[in-house]
Amino acid sequence: MTNEFPKPAPDITPDTKLFWEGTKNNELMLNKCVDCGFHRNPLTIAANICPGCGSRNHAEWVKASGKGKVHTFTTVHRTFHPAFEKELPYIIVIVELEEGPRFLANMREISSEEITRDMPVEVIFEKLTDDITLPQFKPVK
Amino acid sequence: MSKNECAIVGLGYTPQGKCPDWTVRELFLEASTNAISDAGMKTHDIDGVLVELCWTDPMTQCWTLQQDLGINETSMSANYDSMGASGGCKIQLAQWAIQAGICKNVLIAFVEKSATAPAVPYRGSPGATVAYGLHGAMHGIAMAAMRHKLLYGTTEDQLGEVAVTFRKHANMLPRAQMHAKPMTMEDHHNSRMISEPLRLFDCCLVSDGGRAAVVTSAERAKDCPKPPVYIMGYGQGHVKMDLVERNTLVDTGARLSGEHAFRTAGIKHKDINVLGLYDATTHNIITQLEEMGFCKRGEGAAFVEGGRLGLDGEFPTNTSGGMLSEDYLQGWTGIPEVVSQLRGDCGERQVKDAQIGLVTNMGGFIAFHSTLILRR
Repeated sequence: MTNEFPKPAPDITPDTKLFWEGTKNNELMLNKCVDCGFHRNPLTIAANICPGCGSRNHAEWVKASGKGKVHTFTTVHRTFHPAFEKELPYIIVIVELEEGPRFLANMREISSEEITRDMPVEVIFEKLTDDITLPQFKPVK
Repeated sequence: MSKNECAIVGLGYTPQGKCPDWTVRELFLEASTNAISDAGMKTHDIDGVLVELCWTDPMTQCWTLQQDLGINETSMSANYDSMGASGGCKIQLAQWAIQAGICKNVLIAFVEKSATAPAVPYRGSPGATVAYGLHGAMHGIAMAAMRHKLLYGTTEDQLGEVAVTFRKHANMLPRAQMHAKPMTMEDHHNSRMISEPLRLFDCCLVSDGGRAAVVTSAERAKDCPKPPVYIMGYGQGHVKMDLVERNTLVDTGARLSGEHAFRTAGIKHKDINVLGLYDATTHNIITQLEEMGFCKRGEGAAFVEGGRLGLDGEFPTNTSGGMLSEDYLQGWTGIPEVVSQLRGDCGERQVKDAQIGLVTNMGGFIAFHSTLILRR
């Protein structure tokens, strides 16, 4: 099947703008609480609050090491968006970063049979559009 | 029986499966009028209306239902949204309103129209997961199932045992979508992969249909035509929705929900005669059995083996076929079936001498959870 549909792009909001600026420079940015040091995923806690301590002070943006381990994954054989048809099967992974927060992304450079629990992975960056570069993960060689 | 106890006294059904000629509003009315009639009541006896919105037509609400039924005023009227867990949650809310002396007879209604109407496209939260090809519930539940497999070694045969067992039940029920479609373990293993480790026959159906129930006090229940089914125990548990924000992907709201239900009912697991467990996938059966304490964490996959969930097993489960083989009416697949078992209305698939039943509902990315323990 030819891919005539553009892939859906993430929403860029005032809360996530700096995250997506970071990925364009090949940097995975996290929010770090200025009061308790808790790191959070800026895409899922896209609000001015620390889920660790409740602080409403603005978090600082810090660069993640980009290293983590596989929490879980699935290999998708049936997609519900036509833009992904030609990539089937593709792997969606949840990675637990060294700093603590988990990220959802695609896993590259590996087949599903080779993935093991807690396997070490590192971030790579894939340009989707001029505005969006997606963080993805691959195994640490 | 505590003197405050409430009972389910009316059940309402509609045609189910594919219902292209039925509107959402008509399905709500059909289920509701059938439930009121089953309870031996008239529409003006209803003084509480609880609805969960059907995303196909979100303008059909508690107020349209009240208006269509010609009920001039109610003491409670609300749209309730804990997604797939709403059925059990609404029955609890109805019970509390009756116990508080606010309502007498509460109508609870549900409609699903996913078989013949386009679903609302899933956008993720807050909109990044779509870029990674995560669309809909199955990809998310598959990652929870994979985590369970990585930790405890769940096998394809164990997932298949759940699917095959429920299909046998559906083959005893003519209204089930998968009636007269037997499934072997080989059929399960040969069904196409959807999202590893889940195959097509690990995933629930897509359905149209409506269901409704009437809840009243134990006192009034004695005057209703059908055997009352009393609400013994109840609980809810809700965890974070975003998969990456969970403590773990195998922990859902089922543990807390089950703890509340067993504590309020004051019974043990061995006292349960029939179960209705929310089966969005075969995996969800295995983890709910673990989280609700029927077995230890990590032992759920072995627990379902050997026909334990079959009609002749220790814990007959999803005797209508569940959402895997009867129909996808969310919590309303399980609730009416467990009530029917306790009424003794199930014919060929009747669990002998069923006195106490447990039914669960789950919603969202298996984040919302409600539990009811019912007795005849």
